[in-house]
Amino acid sequence: MDTFIQLTIDGLTIGSIYALIALGYTLVYGVLKLLNFAHGDVFMVGTFIGFGVLQLLGGTSNPSVPVWLLLTIMVAVSMAGCASLGVAIERFAYRPLRDAPRIAPLISALGVSFFLANSMQLLFGAAPRNYDIFSLDNASLYIKGFNIGNVHVALLRIITIVSAFVLMLVLWYLVNRTRTGKAMRATSFDREAASMMGINIDRVIVFTFVLGSALAGAAGVLQSLRVPTTVAIGFVTGLKGFTAAVIGGIGSIPGAMAGGLLLGFAESYSQGYISTKWSDLIVFSILILFMIFRPQGLLGRADIRKV
Amino acid sequence: MTDSNTPGTPEGPAVGQDEWVARHEEHRARHGRLYSLVEDRLRWVPWWAWLVLFLAAFSLLPVFETSGYVRRVGFDTVLYMLLALGLNVVVGWGGLLDLGFVAFYGIGAYTYALLDSAKFGIHLPTPVAVFVVVVVGAIAGLLVGLPSRRLTGDYLAIVTLFFLQLFQTVATNGDNVSGHNLTGGPNGILNVDPFHLFGHNLVVQHGGVFAVSYLYVALGFFAVVFVALRFVNQSRTGRAWRSLREDSLAAEAMGMPVNWLKLMAFAFGAAIAALTGTLFASLNASVFPLTFYFVLLITVYTMVILGGSGSQWGVVLGAVIVSSLLELLREPGKSRVIFFVALAVRLIYAARRSRALAAVAVATILFGFVAHEIARAIDPSWVAGEKDGGFQGFVDHWVIAPASPARWIAPVSYIGVICLALLVTTLRGTARLVVLVPTLYLAAFVWENVMLSKPEPARYIVLGLILIGLMILRPNGLLGERRVEIV
Repeated sequence: MDTFIQLTIDGLTIGSIYALIALGYTLVYGVLKLLNFAHGDVFMVGTFIGFGVLQLLGGTSNPSVPVWLLLTIMVAVSMAGCASLGVAIERFAYRPLRDAPRIAPLISALGVSFFLANSMQLLFGAAPRNYDIFSLDNASLYIKGFNIGNVHVALLRIITIVSAFVLMLVLWYLVNRTRTGKAMRATSFDREAASMMGINIDRVIVFTFVLGSALAGAAGVLQSLRVPTTVAIGFVTGLKGFTAAVIGGIGSIPGAMAGGLLLGFAESYSQGYISTKWSDLIVFSILILFMIFRPQGLLGRADIRKV
Repeated sequence: MTDSNTPGTPEGPAVGQDEWVARHEEHRARHGRLYSLVEDRLRWVPWWAWLVLFLAAFSLLPVFETSGYVRRVGFDTVLYMLLALGLNVVVGWGGLLDLGFVAFYGIGAYTYALLDSAKFGIHLPTPVAVFVVVVVGAIAGLLVGLPSRRLTGDYLAIVTLFFLQLFQTVATNGDNVSGHNLTGGPNGILNVDPFHLFGHNLVVQHGGVFAVSYLYVALGFFAVVFVALRFVNQSRTGRAWRSLREDSLAAEAMGMPVNWLKLMAFAFGAAIAALTGTLFASLNASVFPLTFYFVLLITVYTMVILGGSGSQWGVVLGAVIVSSLLELLREPGKSRVIFFVALAVRLIYAARRSRALAAVAVATILFGFVAHEIARAIDPSWVAGEKDGGFQGFVDHWVIAPASPARWIAPVSYIGVICLALLVTTLRGTARLVVLVPTLYLAAFVWENVMLSKPEPARYIVLGLILIGLMILRPNGLLGERRVEIV
């Protein structure tokens, strides 16, 4: 039972991060029908921005600001940095290809992903970076927390899960309760019709990239609080985030959240009960089965193709 | 009929003829007289003559160049050409975005390694092993292609990408499948047999130098694959593939077996990749999982896109260019030459259209000398960085190269040059030309101080940039067919 609780909490932590990344895919896909391969690498850049900010503020052993402020600044700067990166990518790599055949922006996205990963390696090397949160404030983020039975739930995990859910709530509000959100939904429904109704499509798309990339930046910092980061994580993390988006039904925002959590649980349980080595295999096999038998995902709607 | 659009009148295209096609001559005339004249003459040379010429040129390479390094690069280039031909079937003809392509290459290499190595003590005769590998590759292609019955576009791309990831996972963790060591895990499979043809083992090295035998065998494979694909392309299947690429729905409505065609495209591509894998495994006498991953995938994609997907000669040309480019970028001295030559060619090409760009080039050169002198006057160590290799004299007096650059210089200048370059693309008129000068100089600075010392990421950054730039500026590549978009 203890193992089960531990794995569930693990799954919830990883899953909430996957959900944040999946939201980025799903938002962009919803509006542009574009699979943004570079999203995983935006996430990777986010982990490095967080690391840079942490170093600038004195590192974990001797931070110049209180812990809560330190974490907030890291997340905020990373979100801002990733958002501007996302906007730049959209403006220069995708916008010129908006009316090209669908294969063109995909290949451009592959190029962007490759470019980002290698640029980061050029500038910062391939060595892993560890935030080393353990030495922050005498490991208080690990020691504090509460117990469920014999299982200790560290404050760090609670912070991760709660901030991820807060961000998702903010996103839900932005998309469903604001004018821009309404414009986004309209664009996603039918871009041409939306533009005829006077919606500035370019602005909506930029806004979408801001939201998606900012979430990736936040996810990057939240994930690196626990796991060291390298310049190479973008590819696999992006793949997982995309898996989550597809399982949930790409284009659907609640779907991405559900898919992320589901993927987190699947990964955590398969690691705990079956094998660490083969958990990727299991996760991706689930996805391939999903793609074949229910391509519209859990909460997506099936596309009706007009001829 | 008093309509001005009657067939044959100069006012408009004939009925049923596309306007773009009708104005073909006019488009070509814009390229200039000489270009069209050469093009017309070249068109008379039959394709097999090109092939023979190409093969002859390639076979003569080891005769003139006896260094093992160049021969080895030549061999790798042939492997790339084969891979590009295979990918071209799936992407260029079938129009299916297959991101798992290099996994088939890996499957071929691994299958060959299992059938012909000390691993399980199996040593099949080479022709049999190659045949088995090709069949296995084709079957794997069919299996991966199965989801393509229901998936299109991006979904297919993702499923195939997952397949690549699955292949990686299996190859990396296959050293302990319920106690059995199947794939050697991260350590791969060693001691793979060389090819054994006509009673001889093909030697890899001859007196310490890369032997030519493998190069010729690879060229033989290439010739066979090229000719076979050419015939396939001109058959019913080839035409059906192209119709599938253009509009799979319309193709289906015309009664074409769309699903079967997609599977065929996958199987063909996979079989070629697997065949190439045998060459790779036998030459290197070893296989490792990480060879067959994202980097190789992007490299092969760049070749196909650069050359022009859909055109056989195009992708071969793309493979030759990208492969040599990657080799040249390995060495700082040569990659500097590449950088400046590429810059100069680009400027000259652009300057044909606007004289102002010539002024920009001159201004940049002057800017460099001035900046260099100022920097030296302030602190001589700013220009004391090491500079070996091509254009040394010029670079010595032109690019600022600090002897021991501070840590912040690399990221700041790199990000700076990207921002400036992006800015240039948004500006128009004089402002653009003015900003272009410092951008070019900063680019040279970054190339000298940041990228030259780290060839590994720098090479791939160049690949990524080529991919993005191509998609935006010339999606049909060098020799690709110009697609007429019918709206």
